[in-house]
Amino acid sequence: MSYFNTLLFGYYPYIVMSVFIIGSIARYDRDQYSWRTGSSQLLRAKDLRLGSNLFHIGILLLFVGHFVGLLTPPELYHSLGLSTSAKQVLAVIAGGIFGGICFKGIYILIRRRLTDVRIRKTSSRMDIFILLLIGVQLVLGLLTLPISLYHYDGANMLLLSDWAQRIVTFRSGAADQIEGIGIIFKLHLFLGMTLFLIFPFSRLVHVWSVPLGYLARPYQVVRRR
Amino acid sequence: MKIRAQIGMVLNLDKCIGCHTCSITCKNVWTSREGVEYAWFNNVETKPGIGFPKQWENQDKWNGGWVRKINGKIEPRQGSKHKILRNIFANPDLPQIDDYYEPFDFDYSHLQQAATSKAPPTARPRSLITGERMEKIEGGPNWEEILGTEFESRSRDTNFDNIQKAMYGEFENTFMMYLPRLCEHCLNPTCVAACPSGSIYKREEDGIVLIDQDKCRGWRMCVSACPYKKIYYNWETGKSEKCTFCYPRIEAGEPTVCSETCVGRIRYLGVLLYDADRIEAAASCENEQDLYSQQLDVFLDPNDEAVIAEARAAGIPESWLTAAQQSPVYKMAIDWKVAFPLHSEFRTLPMVWYVPPLSPIQSAAENEQIGMDGDIPDVRSLRIPVQYLANLLTAGKEEPVILGLERLLAMRSYMRSKTVDGVVNTAVLERVDLTQLQVEDMYRYMAIANYEDRFVIPTSHREYASATFDAYGEQGGCGFSFGSGCSTGNSETNLFGGNKKPQRHGGGIPIKIPVNVKPLK
Repeated sequence: MSYFNTLLFGYYPYIVMSVFIIGSIARYDRDQYSWRTGSSQLLRAKDLRLGSNLFHIGILLLFVGHFVGLLTPPELYHSLGLSTSAKQVLAVIAGGIFGGICFKGIYILIRRRLTDVRIRKTSSRMDIFILLLIGVQLVLGLLTLPISLYHYDGANMLLLSDWAQRIVTFRSGAADQIEGIGIIFKLHLFLGMTLFLIFPFSRLVHVWSVPLGYLARPYQVVRRR
Repeated sequence: MKIRAQIGMVLNLDKCIGCHTCSITCKNVWTSREGVEYAWFNNVETKPGIGFPKQWENQDKWNGGWVRKINGKIEPRQGSKHKILRNIFANPDLPQIDDYYEPFDFDYSHLQQAATSKAPPTARPRSLITGERMEKIEGGPNWEEILGTEFESRSRDTNFDNIQKAMYGEFENTFMMYLPRLCEHCLNPTCVAACPSGSIYKREEDGIVLIDQDKCRGWRMCVSACPYKKIYYNWETGKSEKCTFCYPRIEAGEPTVCSETCVGRIRYLGVLLYDADRIEAAASCENEQDLYSQQLDVFLDPNDEAVIAEARAAGIPESWLTAAQQSPVYKMAIDWKVAFPLHSEFRTLPMVWYVPPLSPIQSAAENEQIGMDGDIPDVRSLRIPVQYLANLLTAGKEEPVILGLERLLAMRSYMRSKTVDGVVNTAVLERVDLTQLQVEDMYRYMAIANYEDRFVIPTSHREYASATFDAYGEQGGCGFSFGSGCSTGNSETNLFGGNKKPQRHGGGIPIKIPVNVKPLK
């Protein structure tokens, strides 16, 4: 099974990254008219305010948590006085809280999308698929929490972050690092990467368009011909 | 001074007959597509009424428009930039489709296909969103047509503020008027200010406010920001859409579709010159009742030599200056002051203006018990309360509306004595401070309303569009496209959007093409 492991965790990440970046650029360039959030609030506001806010806040915090947690070199947080096992506890607590917020939100959103006839009938297959995929990914992530609680030493976490750091710095041997890791972790990794693979082909592209520039621009926009 | 030109509009409500031709032609041209069935870039409301969408004028409910802060600055009523971004995951001020109406069509085919039965078949409504049966239609874009609701409901109209409204529910005292509404193409638009992605913009050369469909991301803050609720979210494309002021027609020197097809000839289009540097101060003035006069000060006199020189320096073409001098909008709004902005208290400085309607004089005045003032009846004895019109137009300030109405009455009185009695009655003009020349002009523009007087639109100019008209630049180009270069961005299987959806649920009507037809000899 080693070759399969190498394919999924050694090469797949680069395929994903290529598709993610090239696909996003291509869509932005070729089909920007389809580049939007795809909000359905107009059709049914009920439940959306709570669900959407919880989901977005939760998933943004989870993203930042994963980004910092996976890509911070151990030497750095050791030098800040944070031991590996303390970081593991921190990660489990933070992940649990953020994951819980996100789970409550996505539960509301999935129920709304599948059961509200207005939303269901106006959803594309991709809208439903991407929401369910994120839901499954979130559940997998939450399932890793009890496993991590039984391994206070943070060995798993070290392996995973080493894998991520090897991948992004193009060092070899990344896949070998996590060959022996639990199946739930592997599934979580695989689905997580797959999300980025699908990203350019779904409504998720709106994440690229976080309108922070709004804070800096003047209120009125006038265009010259 | 930063001088710019805008094509503005005036609607003479005194002549609106509420036929909805403007709405229908607009609908046919712009919004007969999936996702915007519920959207009416132009609609005609019967006032008093809560309007479309429901209670759009009630900004305590929708938080549209601007609000002046204690420090004298203005910000969108729905919040600062930070607050708008905080609400981006779910906009608390966004109307739901039921606040407009759930769009529907009827099962017309059932009328043809139903089996023989004792009772005639009926075409029942079906939702255009879900395709499901609708047992009852709960609303529509014109639900209050000709006071078609009970007084209790329509009296929630915010223009009744400060009015003892109970008596207007009585049959003898009731009143109504029509209010055609479109995007105001404001000088200080809140929709532009609230758009997080900066996709809404005002065109420098003609002031038309447009949404860049490629750049719109569907954050939907503009929908709630617009106090006139004239931005519509297309639930199919996920983009906001609005009245375009028929810019392709305007560029070609033609009036908008709603103006062109107006059978009552109530619409006027013309150029206004304004000073962009004065906009912020005018929109931020302390007393909202001063907003009308403040806005008048933003406009510039197109016959003033200094203004003309400045406009030329700013690159405004000569034909636009000529058009500004002949502008019917300038005459009605600024020269004669008979047209007023809609809800100036929203602080958007709107550019679609309204001539308030005259209404029958109440019987008491006719019996000469009250209110006749020489040749002009006291406008306070008109059936439509002046306060109501002032609430609709000038933030409740009655004086400008009274003067406008008196000038309309004076024009009628003057022309009646001139044409019927053969007497030139200048006394009535002195009372309302008009010259004979002015009032004859008013008569020509407002009563006769010839096509070429109503629409004075300069064509889009080479100076504005050198790139477009430069033949070398266009050589080998691909003409009109949707921003995807020479590609239409379309393929049978769209990589980025799943399967193509048919235009309407159920697709179109298949047309059978006969194949075995003998060729004509």
